[in-house]
Amino acid sequence: MKRELNIVVNGESYNFFIEPKTLLVQVLRETLGLTGTHQACDSSSCAACTVIVDGKAVKSCSILALQVNGKEVTTIEGLADDTVLHPIQQAFIDNWAFQCGFCTSGQIMAVKAFLDENPNPKREEIQMQMDGHICRCTGYNMIIEAIQDAAKRLQSREAAMKLPEQKKLQSHKWTQTAKSGKGA
Amino acid sequence: MKTIITDFEYLPASTVEEALELLSQHKDDEYKIIAGGQSLNTAMKHRLIAPDYLIDIKGLSDLDYIKFDEKKGLKIGALATHRSLEKSQIVREKYSVLCEMEENVASVETRNWGTVVGDLCNADPAVDPAPPLIALDAKLTIASKGEERTVAAEEFAVDFFETTVQPGEMVTEIQIPVMPPNSGAYFTKYSQMLGDYALASVAVLITLDKKKEVCANARIGLAGVASAPVRAKKAEEVLKGKKITEALLAEAAEVVKTEIDPISGIEGSEDYKRELAGTLLKRVGKVALERAQKS
Repeated sequence: MKRELNIVVNGESYNFFIEPKTLLVQVLRETLGLTGTHQACDSSSCAACTVIVDGKAVKSCSILALQVNGKEVTTIEGLADDTVLHPIQQAFIDNWAFQCGFCTSGQIMAVKAFLDENPNPKREEIQMQMDGHICRCTGYNMIIEAIQDAAKRLQSREAAMKLPEQKKLQSHKWTQTAKSGKGA
Repeated sequence: MKTIITDFEYLPASTVEEALELLSQHKDDEYKIIAGGQSLNTAMKHRLIAPDYLIDIKGLSDLDYIKFDEKKGLKIGALATHRSLEKSQIVREKYSVLCEMEENVASVETRNWGTVVGDLCNADPAVDPAPPLIALDAKLTIASKGEERTVAAEEFAVDFFETTVQPGEMVTEIQIPVMPPNSGAYFTKYSQMLGDYALASVAVLITLDKKKEVCANARIGLAGVASAPVRAKKAEEVLKGKKITEALLAEAAEVVKTEIDPISGIEGSEDYKRELAGTLLKRVGKVALERAQKS
């Protein structure tokens, strides 16, 4: 008997009926056509299928879709801002952190959840975090370098986003002072 | 490759009462309880298990807790994930051995969704949380409709993928007593890759006397070296009442080899695993002793 599933994927709400045995990865790829999430080992061993559910990285091949009912899912398709790649995606490209790219969407989703939690990780923390993400091309060093680079990019982006706000605040203050007749 | 799980009737529960009611209704049926399903989903995909009914308890948020009390100790609800145990501040402060164990369980993604109790109920002979729980003298509460019983961690698993949990029952909580004074605990597992199941894993708790000279109590838990996790009571006796030295740990390591029953496999022969368990015991015992001395 099919059951109702309500989920938010990359900011869009969906509602449909599925067989209870359906896995999250099947909903993403087959029902929603979001094929950026890859299914490789299909046995919870390679992490290529990693997506983010309510802020946490999980393996979509090993979760019943109905257990994600009412939750928010982010896939690789939800990262880029229109045509501008997310800093983690760009860092992976610039650091040659993939060749065939099959594991990359899972890697990047894990990195997204990780850097949200730990914006300035040590190399050892990155190694511990990425353990379980199997890549047969790069030898992992470039992936670690890409993550370090992505962390820097995200921090400078955050700093850049704060800057205009500070300026705004200052000018606002100045206006107030000017109005009260004490300033400048 | 795409694997497909066979059909089952899906029975979600949102409260403990609902879950116990469903269990009592279906206790004579082919059913499985699913929490995170991090082992179960794979087993169902490979058709090792094909239940007619799947009772989903992932939604039992009232059992998703980790609580500490200075007198009663630690309580881990059945729906607490591996990751929440690993990241719990109070657990790191009071039972750091549990966090150290968790850091090496599968991968972060699996720990984010899989539960500690579910892992124990899956009862892989190399299950990671079992040795430290045995060393820490943990107990599990098993509930059925209108009833509740408690079982010691070392008696929970009885054979390969088999536990003491009977049809109609489910585990609701793990209880761990307060660490005795002058105690130290440590855990190590040996596996081919970080996060893999252990070839052998050992946890040791050492409690020293008031002067911190003599071993007042010792508890040793192992996994991966028999059809179910083991408590090495004879090796514990070797340590009790004596000043722990490297020679005494070596003696205990010889005894522990007689208390386990590893099976040969592609990753190591029976003899190799026996030696490994002994070596790990010496290493782990040394760290547990240092921790007890510093405590």
